[in-house]
Amino acid sequence: MSDPKIEGYEFKPGYKGMARDTASDQTMFKGVHWGKAMMWIFLLSDTFIFSCFLISYMKGRGSTTVEWPNPSEVFALNVGGVPVPLLLIAIMTFVLITSSGTMALAVKYGYERNRKMCGWLILATALGGLTFVGMQAFEWSKLIHEGVRPWTNPFGAPQFGSFFFMITGFHGTHVSIGVIFLSIYAYKTLAGHYDTGKRGWFTSMKGNYVEIEILGLYWHFVDLVWVFIFAFFYLW
Amino acid sequence: MDETKKQDQTSTHKIGIYLWIWGLLFVLSFCSYMVDWYQFQGLLRWSLILIFMFLKAGLIMAFFMHLFWERYAIVNVLLWPMTAIACFVGLMVAEGKYTLFSRFFYFFVGGQ
Repeated sequence: MSDPKIEGYEFKPGYKGMARDTASDQTMFKGVHWGKAMMWIFLLSDTFIFSCFLISYMKGRGSTTVEWPNPSEVFALNVGGVPVPLLLIAIMTFVLITSSGTMALAVKYGYERNRKMCGWLILATALGGLTFVGMQAFEWSKLIHEGVRPWTNPFGAPQFGSFFFMITGFHGTHVSIGVIFLSIYAYKTLAGHYDTGKRGWFTSMKGNYVEIEILGLYWHFVDLVWVFIFAFFYLW
Repeated sequence: MDETKKQDQTSTHKIGIYLWIWGLLFVLSFCSYMVDWYQFQGLLRWSLILIFMFLKAGLIMAFFMHLFWERYAIVNVLLWPMTAIACFVGLMVAEGKYTLFSRFFYFFVGGQ
C-alpha cells in the first residue's frame, strides 16, 4: 500500500509476484518499508506468545476436575442492584474497537498527508486506549477485593486466577505500551515532523507517514488479540 | 514528483470502506455479547462465539491491517505459520483430555 517504486524492479501482483518476491536478490519484500516488514515479523512472534498463553489456558481449563468459574457471573457488574453479565467487558470491547477505527482513519489521513486529522485521530486512539487500561485496572482491583489470586479464588478452579492475570495482564501491557507510543506519535504528527522530514531523536532517521501505518499495525493487533481473549476467556 | 503524486492517490482507500468495517465490527461485537446475554449453551454457543470471533479477526486483518491489499508474499509469510498454532491446539486438546482422564482415574479410582 505504501510501497515506493524501486528502479529496475517491477512488482507483479498475485502468486507471480510472490514467486518474484521470495526469489529476488538481496532482500525480500522489495519496496516495503523495512519498519513495516519488521513490525509484521514482530506481530507474528507476538501471535505465538499469545497463542501459547491461550493454549495453556485451554489445556488448564480442559483438564481440571474442579468446576470452572462461570465468567458471566464473575465479571458481572451490579447496576441498580441487578447484576448485568459482562457489562464492563462489553464496554471495554466497544472502546477498543472504537479506538481501532480511529486508528484506521488516522492511517488513511496520514497517507493523504492531512496532518491535523491524522494527529487528532491518533490522539483520540490514545485516549481510547487509556480508557481501556483504566477500566481494566478497575476490573483487576474489583476481582482482587473479591479474593481472586493467582493461586486461589472463591468461585471455583484455582487455575482461573493465574490464567486471568497472566493473559489480561499481558494484553494490558501491550495496550499501555501502545498508549505511550500513540502519544509520542500524535505529538510528532501534530508538530509536523512527517511533513518536514525531521529526524527522530532515537533513530535519527527522517520521519515519514509510513510510521503511522506501522503504529497502526501494532494497535490493530492489540485489538485483534482482544477479540480472541474476549471470545475464549470471557464468553466461552 | 508526478510519480509520487500518482502513487499517493492509489495508496489510499475511500473513507467509506473503513466506516463500513468499523460498523460491522460493532455489530459483530454486539452479536457476540448477545450470545452471553441470552445464555445460549452447548454447541450453539461455541459455534456462534467462534463464527463471530473469526469474522471480526478477519475483518480487522483484511481491512484495518490492509492484508487484503497487501502483496501475496507478506500474506503467505504471515498466515502459514498459523497452521503450526492450529496443530499445537490439536495436540493440546488431546493432551488435556489425557490429563483429565488420568486425574479422574487416580483421584477417584486410586493408583494401586
